[in-house]
Amino acid sequence: MMAIISRGFSGRRSAAVVKLPPGQYLTTDFPVLSAGPTPNVPLDNWQLTIDDGTKVLRKWDWESFRGLPNETFTVDLHCVTRWSKLGATWEGVSLDTLLAEVNTDASYAFVHSYGDYTTNLPLKDLLNQKAWIAFRFDGGELALEHGGPARLLVPHLYLWKSAKWIRRITLTHEDKPGFWEGLGYHNYGDPWREQRYWGE
Amino acid sequence: MWHVGTVVALNDETETVRTVRLKVSNWRSHVAGQHVDVRVTASDGYSAVRSYSIASAPNSDGHLELTIERLPEGEVSPYLTQEVEVGDRLELRGPIGGWFVWRNYQTEPVQLIGGGSGIVPLMAMIRSRASAGSSAPFRLLYSVREPSAVLYRDELHTLSNRDYPVTVSYAYTRAIPQGWPRPPGHIDASLIANTTWPSNLAPICYVCGPTSFVETIAGLLTACGHGTDKIRAERFGPTGEPQ
Repeated sequence: MMAIISRGFSGRRSAAVVKLPPGQYLTTDFPVLSAGPTPNVPLDNWQLTIDDGTKVLRKWDWESFRGLPNETFTVDLHCVTRWSKLGATWEGVSLDTLLAEVNTDASYAFVHSYGDYTTNLPLKDLLNQKAWIAFRFDGGELALEHGGPARLLVPHLYLWKSAKWIRRITLTHEDKPGFWEGLGYHNYGDPWREQRYWGE
Repeated sequence: MWHVGTVVALNDETETVRTVRLKVSNWRSHVAGQHVDVRVTASDGYSAVRSYSIASAPNSDGHLELTIERLPEGEVSPYLTQEVEVGDRLELRGPIGGWFVWRNYQTEPVQLIGGGSGIVPLMAMIRSRASAGSSAPFRLLYSVREPSAVLYRDELHTLSNRDYPVTVSYAYTRAIPQGWPRPPGHIDASLIANTTWPSNLAPICYVCGPTSFVETIAGLLTACGHGTDKIRAERFGPTGEPQ
C-alpha cells in the first residue's frame, strides 16, 4: 500500500547519515523497558547456570563468573519500541567462552531471568562472537534498571532478546516462546527484517 | 498491515496534551492498556513511526482515542498535537501489547498508579471497566505536576462519585490546589499506605510513567508486600517517546 501523505508533516531528518534498521529512530539516551519491577539480586546469591532442562551443565557464582576472560565490545542496540542506540560500549563474557566446554546437540536456548522474565532464541545466535553476558556499560557498573548485575546482550536481535538479570540458560531441542514471544512479539526478532510482531 | 484512521475529533486536555479521536476501518477492537503505532509520512516519502497508548475503552465500531503529550523536542508529537485537523488521515498499526492490559472479565482488585501522561493507558482501563459495567474494585493514585496538568479531571470526578466508584487520589509534585492537605511532593511510602489497596488483598498493580517514577513506585509496592508477579509496569524512556 502507498503510504498516505500527512499534510503538513515534514519530519526532522538528521543531517548525519546513519544506517538504521527500518522503522527505527536514533536516540542518544538509554530508555528502560521492562515488564515488571526491577529485581535486586545480591551478588552473594547471584548464580548463572547452563542446563539441558534436567541436569546442570555449567554453573558460576559471581566470583567465578568475573574470573572468566572478558571482552570490551561496542555494539548497536535496536529496541522493538523503535529506538536505536549506536556505539554502546560494554564489558562482558562471550557466550563462546561460557559454552566452550558444553557438549550439546541442542538447537535452541531458553533464557531465564531473575524476576521470571524469559526469552527464546536459536542456540547458533549465541555463538561466534554474537552474544555476551555483560556486567559493565559505558565504563561503569551495569545499573539495576538496565539489567545489572549482569544481562544477556544479543545485539543483532531486537533488545527484548537480550534478557536483563540473566540467571539461567536452558539448551533444548524444541523451541518454545518466551515472555514477549508468547504475547504477540516475533519469535526471532531480526531488526533488519523488521520482525517486530508475529506474522511478520 | 497499516490501517487508515480518519481524525474525527480533537480535544485539548491541557496546554500541551491533546486527544485525537480516530475512526479506523476494519479495526479489531483493542484491550485496555494496549498501544498503537502511528505512522506519518512527509510529501517526499520520509516517514516516522511512534507508539501511543490508547485512551478510550474497547469498542466494536472502530473508534479509538489517543491522548498525546507534546514534547518540545519531539518529531511526531508536535505534529499530532498542533498540525493535525479533523478529516486528516493517519496510518495505524495494532493494537499492540498483551501484558500491560486489563480485560473486563477480571474481577480481582486493581491498583492503578500513574505518573504524568502515564495516566493514559490507566484511563483506558477505567473506561473499559465503566463501559462493561464491571464492579471490579479499582483505585487510582495519580501523580501529576500541578492542578492544571491533570488529564480527564471531570470524568474521573464523575466516575469516583457513582455506584461502584473508582477511588481516585492525587499526588501533586510541584504545586497544589488551594487548601490541599499535603505539601507538593512525590509519592512516598505513607501515601502508598494511605491511598492504595493493602497487599493482603492481592491487587494487581498497573504502574505507568517515566522510568524513574516506575522504578520508585515498584520499589515502594514490593516494600509493602506486593508480590513482584502482581506488579505490571509500563515505562517511558527519558525521551518520553515512544511510550
